[in-house]
Amino acid sequence: MTRLRLGGAVVPTFAALGFLFLLVPVAYTVLFSFNDGGKTNLVWRGFTLDAWRNPCGAPRVCSALVGSLQVGAVSTVVATTLGTLLAIGLVRARFGGRPAVDLLVFLPMATPEVVLGAALVSQFLSLRLPLGFGTVVLAHVMFCLSFVVVAVKARVSTLDPALEQAAADLYATPWQAFWRVTFPLLLPGIGAAALLAFSLSFDDFIVTSFTSGGFTTFPKFVYVSATRGIPPQANVISSAMFVLALLVVLVVQVVARARRR
Amino acid sequence: MTAVGTDDPTVERATAAGAALEIEGVSRRFGDFLAVDDLTLAVASGTFFALLGPSGCGKTTTLRMVAGLERPSAGTVRLAGQDVTGVPAHRRPVNTVFQSYALFPHLDVLENVAFGLRRRRTRDVRARALEALELVELAHLADRRPAQLSGGQQQRVALARAVVNRPALLLLDEPLGALDLKLRRRMQLELKRIQAEVGITFVHVTHDQEEAMTMADTVAVMNRGRIEQVGAPADLYEHPRTAFVANFLGQSNLVPGTVVEVLDGGRVLGVDVAGTRLRVPAARSVAAGPRVLVGVRPEKIRLVGADEQVGTAHDVLRGGTVVDTSFTGVSTQYQVDVGALGTVGVFAQNAGGTPVHPPGTPVALAWDPDFAFALDGDEEPAAGTVDLDDEP
Repeated sequence: MTRLRLGGAVVPTFAALGFLFLLVPVAYTVLFSFNDGGKTNLVWRGFTLDAWRNPCGAPRVCSALVGSLQVGAVSTVVATTLGTLLAIGLVRARFGGRPAVDLLVFLPMATPEVVLGAALVSQFLSLRLPLGFGTVVLAHVMFCLSFVVVAVKARVSTLDPALEQAAADLYATPWQAFWRVTFPLLLPGIGAAALLAFSLSFDDFIVTSFTSGGFTTFPKFVYVSATRGIPPQANVISSAMFVLALLVVLVVQVVARARRR
Repeated sequence: MTAVGTDDPTVERATAAGAALEIEGVSRRFGDFLAVDDLTLAVASGTFFALLGPSGCGKTTTLRMVAGLERPSAGTVRLAGQDVTGVPAHRRPVNTVFQSYALFPHLDVLENVAFGLRRRRTRDVRARALEALELVELAHLADRRPAQLSGGQQQRVALARAVVNRPALLLLDEPLGALDLKLRRRMQLELKRIQAEVGITFVHVTHDQEEAMTMADTVAVMNRGRIEQVGAPADLYEHPRTAFVANFLGQSNLVPGTVVEVLDGGRVLGVDVAGTRLRVPAARSVAAGPRVLVGVRPEKIRLVGADEQVGTAHDVLRGGTVVDTSFTGVSTQYQVDVGALGTVGVFAQNAGGTPVHPPGTPVALAWDPDFAFALDGDEEPAAGTVDLDDEP
């Protein structure tokens, strides 16, 4: 009995400490978005809403954000489209070398990012591709693709092939069968894959710093400004992203619960 | 983006009576396995046709070739006289009720039923889909998702989804297989009613001989990719032409014998069966040579006392011993050991007054020779007997 009561106290304490450990950096980021920090923003100097009123106030912080959003959007669309087609092909089509392709698709996930970045930059240089937005997108599509394939493939393999045959039996052309039956049924998987791809791309620093040249994304901006002190505007944008992500998760949960009822 | 024209001339509104189906010399090979072997079959328009056979006999493959979901390796499929062998599934005026129902889980019941109508851009889609749902008595569940329905309800939605298109031909792939016995019996009657009501040609694939016999106008018995025999259920039952049909449709007692004489001006064959002379109407014999398998259905046989005198109108097999007696209510089923001839099954109807013979009773078997039939002597007497391990 004593042991149980001890457990009753110890477990919540450790859980609370664990959560604290997880959430303190986030709380710190949010808190310092309200700091009247001037240029360095390293120590607390007083509460202000200045940074929130004018998030683009610091030089180049918003152009970096826009760069990240653009890279994220384009990479997500391309990687999700290609990855979905690849996933369907890998589950449905029978061709020689399929096991090999199945395995190779996983490789970029397993390769250390620094190695990928270094390899990509030497590849781009030998191809004489100017580093910038284009090369960043190419690199992001490449490493997002594996994740999309894995996420969508799981969904495709649960799909009953009889459904597409039923669609064909009910006069749907292959095109209509895909858009009316296959695609809607894969949509949750495709959506999850797209969210994953976007967050991977938006978050990426290592590969981006190798392949971006003069082009700046938000993580790269934060890294570069860290030497001089990160402006509170960066904290504002980070906090906003955090709230947005939380909202997305909440909405998905609510919608899923509403559908299950 | 999603709407591509379907105004295809091949997809026509079928006539009220449905279309005739002809399968000619069709084969389907999967690697080394010949699933369907040079199959030829004609289904008259407006009939309820059953394709009956054990699992793996090629009946579902045949159905899928008619639907256009599978391509024949050889042969021709004709619908209403038109060659449709190379026509893809979505352009055939044929609809299928799939074994797994294959209802679209993301659409409600009404949209499932409306799917075919929408693809063909039919008018009054909603009204017609509701009408089809009324036919299967499910209109009140139109806004449910398939996952919220019971197995029997899903089966009826699948049926409505196919029937609503008024196809020239409706294919049913073991649609009752997943239902429990009581529901299955009810759905059998329901399907028959709906077929009579809409009047389209039904081709029903099943491994359940009772289902095939109660529902179909014509039954084709299929075995190892080939048709064994086609006919009306009663005709198949009374005049089986192969041991497989004799055993797969109901039960039969088949014993080997030799034709030794022809009696009654050629109308009756005298057959020697292990020393006993039996008679078989010549018209009920399909044997080419003198070696035959004499067959008698269990319900045609009467158990009599071991030494009881029986009139010459009946044939008698003596020296039997009851080895098993099972009382089923409607009838008592006996297994009688008759020495060299093995075991013979006998069904005695429970009409009252007949005593039940316990195991060990010495008996003789008597039957009207008009009910005996003879098959080719080279056949395997046990072909087509239901092996319980084989049944799904």
